[in-house]
Parts: sequence; C-alpha cells; structure tokens
Amino acid sequence: MKVLVPVKRVIDYNVKVRVKADGSGVDLANVKMSMNPFDEIAVEEAIRLKEKGVADEVVAVSIGVKQSQETLRTALAMGADRAILVIAADDVHQDIEPLAVAKILKAVIDEEAPGLVIAGKQAIDNDMNATGQMLSALLGWSQATFASEVNVDGDSAVVTREVDGGLQTIKVKMPAIITADLRLNEPRYASLPNIMKAKKKPLDEKTAADYGVDVSPRLSVVKTTEPAERAAGIKVGSVDELVAKLKAEVL
Amino acid sequence: MAVLLLAEVMGDDLSVDSTAKALTAAAQLGDVTVLVAGGNAAAAAAEAAKLTGASAVIAVSDASLANGLAEPLAALVVSMAGDFEHIVAPSTATGKNVMPRVAALLDVMVISDVMTIVDGDTFERPIYAGNAIQTVKSADAKKVMTIRTAGFDAAGEGGSAAVSDGAAADNPGLSEWVEDKVEESDRPDLTSAKIVVSGGRGVGSEENFAIIEKLADKLGAAVGASRAAVDSGYAPNDWQVGQTGKVVAPELYIAVGISGAIQHLAGMKDSKIIVAINKDEEAPIFQVADYGLVADLFDAVPELEGKLG
Ligand SMILES: Cc1cc2nc3c(=O)[nH]c(=O)nc-3n(C[C@H](O)[C@H](O)[C@H](O)COP(=O)(O)OP(=O)(O)OC[C@H]3O[C@@H](n4cnc5c(N)ncnc54)[C@H](O)[C@@H]3O)c2cc1C
Ligand SMILES: Nc1ncnc2c1ncn2[C@@H]1O[C@H](COP(=O)(O)O)[C@@H](O)[C@H]1O
Repeated sequence: MKVLVPVKRVIDYNVKVRVKADGSGVDLANVKMSMNPFDEIAVEEAIRLKEKGVADEVVAVSIGVKQSQETLRTALAMGADRAILVIAADDVHQDIEPLAVAKILKAVIDEEAPGLVIAGKQAIDNDMNATGQMLSALLGWSQATFASEVNVDGDSAVVTREVDGGLQTIKVKMPAIITADLRLNEPRYASLPNIMKAKKKPLDEKTAADYGVDVSPRLSVVKTTEPAERAAGIKVGSVDELVAKLKAEVL
Repeated sequence: MAVLLLAEVMGDDLSVDSTAKALTAAAQLGDVTVLVAGGNAAAAAAEAAKLTGASAVIAVSDASLANGLAEPLAALVVSMAGDFEHIVAPSTATGKNVMPRVAALLDVMVISDVMTIVDGDTFERPIYAGNAIQTVKSADAKKVMTIRTAGFDAAGEGGSAAVSDGAAADNPGLSEWVEDKVEESDRPDLTSAKIVVSGGRGVGSEENFAIIEKLADKLGAAVGASRAAVDSGYAPNDWQVGQTGKVVAPELYIAVGISGAIQHLAGMKDSKIIVAINKDEEAPIFQVADYGLVADLFDAVPELEGKLG
C-alpha cells in the first residue's frame, strides 16, 4: 500500500509572529520556516507503517512556493521515498486555502492512487483545521480526524480520535484520510546520513495549472491586526496576599 | 437571510452551552433554524427549542447519527443546505470534524473559529495561535463556519420554537463507531466553567495532579492542563488548553507550573483574571498574569487551597 502525506511549509513554531504595520498580514520575510509540526507526526506515522510492512511506499506532497522543496527534503530525510512539489504561489505571503489544497491533492491522488492519506490536523499558520476533511469529502473517502492511534488491518483501519469528552474509536473503510493529532507519535530527527541520502531521492515538480486547479482565494483578507494586548499585572508576595486579591475581585 | 445551526449533541443530550453560544453568533446573521441530529434527537430538540433566538428546530433521529460520525452528519447538513445562506456550528471537536466536509461538498471555503461577525460575509478569526487576528470577506454564496464559543455569551432559555422532524440523508457507510472513552465527572465543563485551574509539566506526575484537582474542587472549578502535562500522562487529552486544545475564557484562570508558551496562551489569554503560580520568576506566563506568585507549587497550592473558602 502506498501512503501519501501532505506536508506544509510554515513559520517555525518557536518564532515570534510579527504582524505587518500596514495590516496586510504577518511578516514572513527572513523568518525561520519549518515543516508544520503536525505534518512531522504524519510523516512519522507513515514511515512506521512502512517499517511494520503495512505500507510499501511513502510519498510526501507539498503545495505552495518553490522553497517548499526544503520541507519535502526534510520528509525525505525522515524516511519518505519520494516527493511531489506543486508550485501554486510565488510569494511566501500567499497562503493557499484548504479548499484549493484539497483539490490539488485530489488530483495528485487520482494519479497516485494511495491506499491511505495521513495529513496533519491543523496548519499552525492559518489554524484552519480543514484540509483533511475537505479532501475526504472531495474523494468520497472515509475520514478519521485528530488521530492519536492508528491500526491498519486489511481493508479497514481502527483509529482512536482525540475528541472533546476524551477519546473516540472508529473503524474506517480504506482508502481513508487520517489527520494526525499531537499524541499519535513522537517524530524522529533525520540523521546526517539520511539527510545526505534524501538529496538523491526523487522530487517531482508540478504546478497547480498542471492539475487544472484554480487557486484563487474564496476568502479575501481585509486586514490582519495584532490581538488586544493584556496589561501586565502585579506580583503578589504571599499566598495570603493572593487570597485577599481573589476574595476582593472574583470569589 | 436564513441560518442553519448544527446543534452540539453528546449521546442523546444537547450540549447546551456550546449550542447556546453559537446561537448567539448565528442570530447576528439572520433567522436561525437549529438542526438537532442524533440517535434519538427528540429530547435534545426540545431543549434546543427553549433557547432564545431559535426560530425553528428540526430534529433528525437515525442510528447513523448517534455518534457524530462525519460522513452521515455532513451528508445530512448538505441535504438541508439549500434553504440557508449561512451554515454554522460551534468550534467543538464535532464541528471541526464535520463543517469542513460540508463546505467541500458545497464547493465553498470553511471559515474556522469565527470570533467576531462583522457582517454577513465578513468575519474575524484568530491565526498563528492567536498572535494575529484576520478579517476575511467571503466570496462564496454560502458561508460555512465554526464559531469560537469563548467569544460569545450563551443565549438564554426564554424561547419556544416549533420542532419538526427531518429525515436522515443516505449514510455513505464509510465508517462505524467502535467506542467512546469519556470520563464522567461532577466538575463543570472546561469550556463553560467560571473558574479553571490548570496544571503543567511543573506538577511532575499524575499523582501530584491531585493537588490541582483538590484546589479546583474547592473552587468549584474545571481542571485544565498544558500540552506537556497531557503528553507526559499527568492529565487526560481532553483537559488540554491551547492552540490545538480547548479555548477557555473563564472569570478566573489559575495556571500552576505552566511556563506560558504561546500555544498555551492561545487557549486562555482571554480569561478575565489570570493567576500564575510558578517558581521561575522569568516564566512568560507572568507577562499575561494579573496576579503572579513566584513560589514552589507544592507549598503554594495546598496553602491556597487551605485558605480559600
Ligand atoms: C504544534 C504545537 C501545538 C501545541 N499546542 C499546545 C496546546 O494546545 N496547549 C499547550 O499547553 N501547549 C501546546 N504546545 C506546547 C507548547 O509549546 C509548550 O511546550 C507547552 O505549553 C509547555 O507546557 P508547560 O508549560 O506545562 O511545560 P514547561 O514549559 O516545561 O513549563 C513548566 C513550568 O513549570 C515550572 N515549575 C516546575 N516545577 C515547579 C514547581 N515545583 N513549582 C512551581 N513551578 C514549577 C517551571 O518553572 C516552568 O515554567 C504546542 C506545541 C506545538 C509545537
Ligand atoms: N499547502 C499545503 N501543502 C501540503 N499540505 C498541506 C497544505 N496545506 C494544508 N496541508 C495539509 O493539511 C493539514 C491541515 O491544514 P489546514 O487545514 O490548513 O489547517 C496540514 O497539516 C497538512 O497536512
């Protein structure tokens, strides 16, 4: 079985985000970019399925600017076999919406025919939490979102999901779309030899036009602003002082 | 203009708080029809009919809808979409699971986590873990969205909407429910509690988490946790507060042994009063805390618990 993993290049999760003064968006020039953390988890899960003999090939796909190559090389260094880059933007500030990403992924999947797709639950830049669900709808496949445990068994998969009240286990028909939550696994670091090897692994380049997908946004950004700042409070010297404050104000 | 609100249902019960908060948002857009879907939706639909601002309630009972599975639920919403310009659900695990699927089936974008409704096509939503707020204008004919409930007051219970029965759509039969592992608790629900006490990695172990829970029980509070505390097995996953956990905005949030990473702040910085207890005076949590106490939590929390009430 082939497993396809969509990976997104996003601002590194440790970087302090700066909103541009003109309100046009977040400043991404000269900012450290990395693979979306949830996608590292998705790649890890796919590689583990290969190591267990459940999968025989792992294909990483990224949609966006040319620099997303780096993100795909990271996936290859972790252990993906092959990568596909779909160039859909030339400015790093242009985010491709989940609906357009899902349409491109669907076109890639129509060609690649994977048995399973593992995406991240959420991209930490736009915080949409939508692409996997949309892709599943477009393909008419089953969906198992927010996965913390995945067991593939022949033509179905049993997936435990992180939901509001705790955990839910469902059984989905394959082919399926799974989205990875934080506790699915702990992604490995790529070793230096694997980083070297990754440079020779195949990385195909396509464009959104190759797949005939219109990536123009449905949601236009009117403005981007900083959230209201919280005024810093005070330090109290003792538990007694804290209790007095709380009794005066809330309790 | 008509709005369809997908009610939050757990088992056969209406989740009143999240539904009532999403209803407040939905009512700003037009006349709201509440869709209540479940294995047996009658009682939940009767509850929903009491909410102020609900114009009509449609109850759909079907075995395929009993466990919130995305495919049959999305198919149902899509089958009813024709009459509505806005299709809304609270940003719960179910809402986030189902609404993007609905949107794609209708070939429109989903608008996730709406925090402010500017007008019928314009909405504010947080991005980058709440470090920026984006105002977006939708060009789609139908707007499919989830509502960040922490930003809206719950609708009251003065209504008396008429309830009608609807029919389930065809179940595509792609997935089946196996089991739910839900901790029953007498504590208030995390997202609706007036007070939340959260523990982080500093608490050190699952056993030690008892001191957090004791303080919470003294205050009648819900218990929350940081990702590090959940990852380390000190607390269950559904207690996680943050960018990728729950978003809370209680009257009082007490963060204990939590450093204050942006991903955690994303889930709690709209709380009215924030208290932080941390032994590191440099911890970033103090930058958002109204009252900070630099102390060892193993001394301070039991003392605080003893002196309250
Ligand atoms: C994609 C992604 C999503 C994430 N989503 C979330 C999320 O939703 N929610 C979330 O919380 N995090 C999230 N995180 C993780 C986040 O970045 C932090 O790693 C996490 O919040 C740290 O948890 P913590 O504050 O408990 O642990 P630490 O940062 O380790 O802090 C522990 C604190 O406890 C204090 N302490 C230790 N011992 C004591 C003592 N005896 N008395 C008093 N204080 C003590 C220390 O001084 C320290 O400040 C996410 C990260 C990523 C990459
Ligand atoms: N531009 C993209 N390229 C590749 N994968 C993407 C892209 N955007 C989103 N994804 C995938 O979809 C997941 C959810 O993203 P989102 O719906 O934007 O929150 C991510 O974790 C990725 O797995």
